Amino acid sequence: MAKFILNGKPVAADVDGETPLLWVIRDELDMTGTKFGCGIGTCGACTVHVGGRATRSCVTPISAVEGASITTIEGLSETGAHPLQISWQKHQVPQCGYCQSGQIMQAAALLKDIPQPTDAEIDAVMSGNLCRCMTYVRIREAIHEAADSMKEASHVKIA
Amino acid sequence: MRKRSLYSVFIAAIVAVGAFSIYAWHPSMAPITPPVKDQFAADVIAQGKVLAAAGYCSTCHTTPGGSPYAGNYEMHTDFGTIYSSNITPDVQTGIGNWSEEAFIRAMRTGVSRDGHHLLPAFPYEHFNKMTDEDIKAVYAYIMSSVPAVSQQKTDNGIPFPLNIRFLQSGWKLLFADTTLFKSQVDESAEWNRGAYLAQGVAHCGACHTPRNALGGEKRDQMYSGAAIDGWIAPSLTASSKAPLKWRAADFDEYLRTGNSSFHGSAAGPMAPVVHAGLSALSDSDLKAISVYFGALAGNHSDNPASSPELKAALESQQLPDPRIDNGARLYAISCQSCHYSSNELNKGRPLLALGSALHLDDPTNLINVTLDGFRANQGITGVVMPAFRDALSDEDITAIATYLRQSAGEQPWPNLKQKVAEIRLQPRFEH
Repeated sequence: MAKFILNGKPVAADVDGETPLLWVIRDELDMTGTKFGCGIGTCGACTVHVGGRATRSCVTPISAVEGASITTIEGLSETGAHPLQISWQKHQVPQCGYCQSGQIMQAAALLKDIPQPTDAEIDAVMSGNLCRCMTYVRIREAIHEAADSMKEASHVKIA
Repeated sequence: MRKRSLYSVFIAAIVAVGAFSIYAWHPSMAPITPPVKDQFAADVIAQGKVLAAAGYCSTCHTTPGGSPYAGNYEMHTDFGTIYSSNITPDVQTGIGNWSEEAFIRAMRTGVSRDGHHLLPAFPYEHFNKMTDEDIKAVYAYIMSSVPAVSQQKTDNGIPFPLNIRFLQSGWKLLFADTTLFKSQVDESAEWNRGAYLAQGVAHCGACHTPRNALGGEKRDQMYSGAAIDGWIAPSLTASSKAPLKWRAADFDEYLRTGNSSFHGSAAGPMAPVVHAGLSALSDSDLKAISVYFGALAGNHSDNPASSPELKAALESQQLPDPRIDNGARLYAISCQSCHYSSNELNKGRPLLALGSALHLDDPTNLINVTLDGFRANQGITGVVMPAFRDALSDEDITAIATYLRQSAGEQPWPNLKQKVAEIRLQPRFEH
């Protein structure tokens, strides 16, 4: 029995320890916002946060996350109002949309570590998240805008 | 004349065998009725619990998912497969009828209660450095607090003649360190406390000190690194290949959190050492161990944040054209989302060029981590690295490792692809 915290709630799944985390999230726990892309950790569609860090859930065995705290796109913001989700809508980033939850989760982890990333830093961290519709330019713009709005928000808080 | 000298040789041989037998023979110690819990003081039991954790007793005396301390943990050695003993207080299959004296003798000299020699996989050479008081505390904890479990020990798979226990005394005579811990007067109390813990209960040298062909620790190369359980335990001394010098502060951060930003994370057999073992020690004891190893590594204290080595490592992140270099391409899509720091180091974004894995002569550690990643209870607690075993081919892993080795400024590893293939097929050690 695998036990971990999913979007703040303790969950359990009776699966083999080698089962990928992605399968458990989607098939056992019915959270389908996280997508299956390549299955070998090289496209980024399945990105979730484990312990706050972006992680490819398709190549992470469930036994590895015992007791860990996991956040999916459904849990990134209770109201869907994470600065990235807002800027994503404003810039009309998605085209087909399939890779987008992974893109947003990866970007959210990026902004925690590097709050004001340069284009080169965005490219370095995001290059494992593929987009077949080639929305990369809009992704980059949306990340910059979210970074700016988060910076303003933190200034407001301090004030 | 010739006959006479033959006689003398014969007599000498008999005397030598006789003397060895007397040396090798140890009496059985009388079995006792298992002690009851109130025989021991609560604070002694508590101290024993901490020490048993800091000695990783349960790591080697418990099978994966099995009852704690009930033994049969499988260990692969150069001399065959061996299984640990049941050290729960069960009378029939454990150590329930061992007296405190018998336990102390085993911990100090590697002789079982019934007089047979224990194998040196049980690091009695190190436990001999502990004080009687500390060994008694471990005894008190095991006898009072570990649930008795009836589980027969699996027979070892050690071939003849190495399985003759009697001969173990010869090994002890030749290789065992039988000296007690001695404080160094010219060192601080903190250093001495760290040395006592590291050389004794924590038995750091059992993995980090290289061994000779017969498995004896090479004491003149203490902590200079060795192969262990399918991994490489890196050097802890000034001979470390890590680009940045290990400072006491780095050891301290590593032992408290499972990761040092300027180096790397506790992987493989080192993960339970940190998280299931040393974490039981107080912060002051961990600091003492760090001071001891900081001194062994050369007593460095300069902050590496502005060092040219760190600058070089950060700059080495500049990727070559991923359309040309396949290793760089695979690294960019599989690894770089985490293994990338901006122009300063981000904790939790391990900069691989700083870790010893890329600088050791042997690529084993890098390959192990690539294949099996980190679980939440390894490295930084609660954070994982995916396992690329079923995602990346031997060619892929070889390409990534080749690229990383080059970007870290090192000469290529020979026979890398063959090594990846071999390590992929090795049995996994549960830690």
